[in-house]
Amino acid sequence: MNPANLVEISGLSVSFGNNTVIDNISMALKQGEITTLIGPNGAGKTTLVKAVLGLLTPTEGVIQRSATLRIGYMPQKLHIDTTFPLTVERFLKTAAFASTADRHQALQSVRAENLLKQSVHSLSGGEMQRVLLARALLRKPELLVLDEPAQGVDINGQTELYKLIASIRDKYNCAVLMISHDLHLVMAATDQVICLNHHICCSGHPEQVSTDPSYIELFGIPGAEDLALYSHHHNHRHDNHGDILPLPDKQESDHTACGGHH
Amino acid sequence: MPEFLLLALLGGIGVALVAGPLGSFVVWRRMAYFGDTLAHSALLGIAVGVLFDINFNLAVVSCCVILALILVSLQRQRLVATDTLLGIMAHSSLSLGLVAVALLDDVRVDLMEYLFGDLLAITPADLFWIYGGGGIVMLLIWKLWNPLLAVTINEELAQVEGVPVARIRLALMLLIGVVIAIAMKVVGILLITSLLIIPAASARRLANSPEQMAVIASFLGVIAVLLGLFASMQFDTPAGPSVVVAALLQFLLLYSLPFRKVA
Repeated sequence: MNPANLVEISGLSVSFGNNTVIDNISMALKQGEITTLIGPNGAGKTTLVKAVLGLLTPTEGVIQRSATLRIGYMPQKLHIDTTFPLTVERFLKTAAFASTADRHQALQSVRAENLLKQSVHSLSGGEMQRVLLARALLRKPELLVLDEPAQGVDINGQTELYKLIASIRDKYNCAVLMISHDLHLVMAATDQVICLNHHICCSGHPEQVSTDPSYIELFGIPGAEDLALYSHHHNHRHDNHGDILPLPDKQESDHTACGGHH
Repeated sequence: MPEFLLLALLGGIGVALVAGPLGSFVVWRRMAYFGDTLAHSALLGIAVGVLFDINFNLAVVSCCVILALILVSLQRQRLVATDTLLGIMAHSSLSLGLVAVALLDDVRVDLMEYLFGDLLAITPADLFWIYGGGGIVMLLIWKLWNPLLAVTINEELAQVEGVPVARIRLALMLLIGVVIAIAMKVVGILLITSLLIIPAASARRLANSPEQMAVIASFLGVIAVLLGLFASMQFDTPAGPSVVVAALLQFLLLYSLPFRKVA
């Protein structure tokens, strides 16, 4: 196994009965790199993620990862029954390995300190995703696995969430593996895109993938046009990244605090 | 106070205390029907106990545990939907139990006692089972509290975080099996789930955390036992159903009163 890789997957296939959901996947996750899985519904994205997490056993192939790899996982959706009285604080406390200071820091990293005492049942979609992200961070993860982190979040919130994920990658220097539907939103904050439709259709840097014929076949030209536009933004954002982020961060945080109460 | 009343009080209180936290899990994890199914199978346990001359409590616990294990393995095979499966097992195990009891013609088994409980006929030996079994259940819940909560919140998340999910889930089922066995004497097979669910559901109205809900549920259960027993003495009504009616009144009262919003 290449020491730069946290996880190495070779020839991975998963079948349920006669149905082969993912077929002969080989890929690697590197420290500090964001890998995004895209693909149509039923393409096997979640199955691949679950195999990486060790939640299901591969039918064929090998997943190599160090035995001590710390994984932070943010499930696609967390359904907590409303009969379960739970504040954000208590929810984070069920992650038994964390201290009060850890919890505070994790919530701060996702700009959700103000939610600590709130009931999880009163959170908006975006707030819930942040809390879930905070819980994943409590693991001090080397690998962060996010299953459609932007689900149930409005467009503005989505852009912000992906920025947040990129800033978390910078802060924790962890590898990120995430599933996304929103191609153009996510590409700015992605190092590697893997386009999945049971097998890997194409993979590489966002710009590279967006012009790949198999990608265009799967997602059509309109998406590709959006991507071309976005790659411009991408360069621009990168130049200012380190300098500009702290100030808008603070503003956004205040904005969220205000938004939470309305 | 006559001795039988003291025994009834102690027995009822013991069961109510342990039903609080466990009932909360039944409510949170939507296992009401599961609990009912286990309870229905308890009669089969009684028949087995008579047939092989084993202690009834032991026979019922084993029967519940075996049924829980069968349920888990059938659920995995996904032959039919879980609620259909539970329905089939609940009523067929109850019927099997009734048929088996009828076939044991040389022994008289008082069916009413097992179907609806006989709180006023609790013996010191029953108390030993209630407090011994209940104590072990409480101790295990105490030890496993955090992983139990983690599994209740999300099983996959818990597994990634290193919780042995399959074992915790099994432990919970076994605990429910034990509580059903010890609660049978108090409210009977047909009413056991109500003692698990109703106080927990009422407690939800007042609780701000899972711990509070478990404790309040125990407390409300104890009150229901006291009220039910008092009513039973006063109006000469059956004790088990009276306890359930008292719990229902608590529930109605708590949900009709305006309370501040809880978490």
